[in-house]
Amino acid sequence: MHNLTLAEQKAQLEAKAFSSVELTQHYLERIERLDTDINSYITVTAAQALAQAEEADKARARGEGGVLNGIPIAHKDIFCTDGVKTTCGSRMLENFVPPYNAHVVDNYLRAGAVMLGKTNMDEFAMGSSNETSYYGRVHNPWAPNCVPGGSSGGSAAAVAARLAPAATATDTGGSIRQPASLCGVTGIKPTYGRVSRWGMIAFASSLDQGGVITLTAEDAALMMNVMAGFDHRDSTCIDHPVPDYSAGLNDSLEGLTVGIPEEYFGEGLNPETEKAVQAAIKEIEALGARTKAISLPHSSLAVPAYYVIAPAECSANLSRFDGVRYGYRCENPQDLEDLYKRSRGEGFGEEVKRRILVGTYALSAGYYDAYYRKAQQVRRLIKQDFDNAFNEVDIIAGPTATSPAFEFGAKGDDPVAMYLEDIYTIATNLAGLPGMSIPCGSVDNKPVGLQLIGKAFDEARLLNVAHRFQQVTDFHRQAPAEID
Amino acid sequence: MNPQDIQKIAHLARLQINDDVAAETAKSITEVLNLVDQLQSADTDGVAPMAHPLDAVQRLRADEVTEGNQRDAFQAIAPATENGLYLVPKVID
Repeated sequence: MHNLTLAEQKAQLEAKAFSSVELTQHYLERIERLDTDINSYITVTAAQALAQAEEADKARARGEGGVLNGIPIAHKDIFCTDGVKTTCGSRMLENFVPPYNAHVVDNYLRAGAVMLGKTNMDEFAMGSSNETSYYGRVHNPWAPNCVPGGSSGGSAAAVAARLAPAATATDTGGSIRQPASLCGVTGIKPTYGRVSRWGMIAFASSLDQGGVITLTAEDAALMMNVMAGFDHRDSTCIDHPVPDYSAGLNDSLEGLTVGIPEEYFGEGLNPETEKAVQAAIKEIEALGARTKAISLPHSSLAVPAYYVIAPAECSANLSRFDGVRYGYRCENPQDLEDLYKRSRGEGFGEEVKRRILVGTYALSAGYYDAYYRKAQQVRRLIKQDFDNAFNEVDIIAGPTATSPAFEFGAKGDDPVAMYLEDIYTIATNLAGLPGMSIPCGSVDNKPVGLQLIGKAFDEARLLNVAHRFQQVTDFHRQAPAEID
Repeated sequence: MNPQDIQKIAHLARLQINDDVAAETAKSITEVLNLVDQLQSADTDGVAPMAHPLDAVQRLRADEVTEGNQRDAFQAIAPATENGLYLVPKVID
């Protein structure tokens, strides 16, 4: 059952080939057997999942049920779940049990999906290897001595290891696409404002966006149909019609123009990764699209701009964790200042503290213009690069990551080496555009991802291109050999 | 960045940084600041800063009460409360 895609499981449930309880039990058994080695889940909600599955089966027997009725999925542990611990990968929220559901979680509940549990992640979504999680590192199912990518490393590893057919995720600078690439699965980061951030623990509010990780583009479309949409409780959510993302999956690619940015194929790109990405682009050409060389001249400034804007927003967002209202509180505080400082100092990990400090510095008196204002100006230049490119092309294609999954500890103690891991994904967040990663080959038996970037609200086009590609390739069907 | 600078910023952020790691922290933050200094090479004369990628403006809603009182639910997850109040160390003698 676990090698079926979500779409296939949906059809089989509808045909009553198996029940939701059977499917859910199957995944729970796999999680129990395999996840001690992978560590993709922080919390498994077995009893609740089986109860939801039973309800889904009853609904089906009555001829009722939502579009994902009885399908088990996992949620990244950044989405608040009513009555279920939500840690955001941090010691700070080790005992945090939210009194409400995130908008996205409610949407999936209403659609009849079953929640298997909450997936591991870099602490507060800050990282590209899942090594900053307080709950231990996640092992890449393709190469257990390697990272799964991050920050949605748990979601990507869970889907790759067939411990869930789909998982929610979030992407602030590449946190859906880069782990999807490193784990050989499909991931989509929608347009900024497409998905409500309500109940999604904030890191950098002008960049954060919820999305999904699945085996196929067809599955991603089914998940997006439930996830996307306006929510008045998120002031940056955009009231824009939601198309049926499944409707155009099979559209022809004849006449489509794919932009190939020269800056994404320069120094630093692993030659074997490049080969796989170039072959994938040829495959898309064979489907009827034509390619055009383009330039995104400010690409090299995306990482520097991001590491001002994201830490600045993080330092403001994370000021809410004060040891008073919820979350970690230090032992025996001497006074209020000691309570704040030690609760935060002991509750946050090293990378989170580093970003709070960088952000506080960038926003402090005398430095604002040199850092934050300058970064926001560069952000506009990066957005203009994309605007110019999209006057000539329909989508942009290139690598998702510079190389396949790296070994634990490979980026050492240098934060900048890790930051450069997101060199091809960060600009998309700064410009608010949708992006996708789909498996397109492998290097030393480790997956490689092809990145597709679209115009604002053009997710359907990305899914269409990805689906057509997956109709003529089988990279997305390959499963890690050691996981059975 | 030296350890004293780090302690000054850490105070602004109300973040405890132990003295034994302050030098290490100063070093790594210097590396990050060296990275972001590449921004200075960009010509941004006359470029308006961009706060929202789609240049959306803040939506306003009607000034109506939409949330009920959920004090018990919220305080159930607090580290320390008493009689409906959050407990903190004494602030005023």
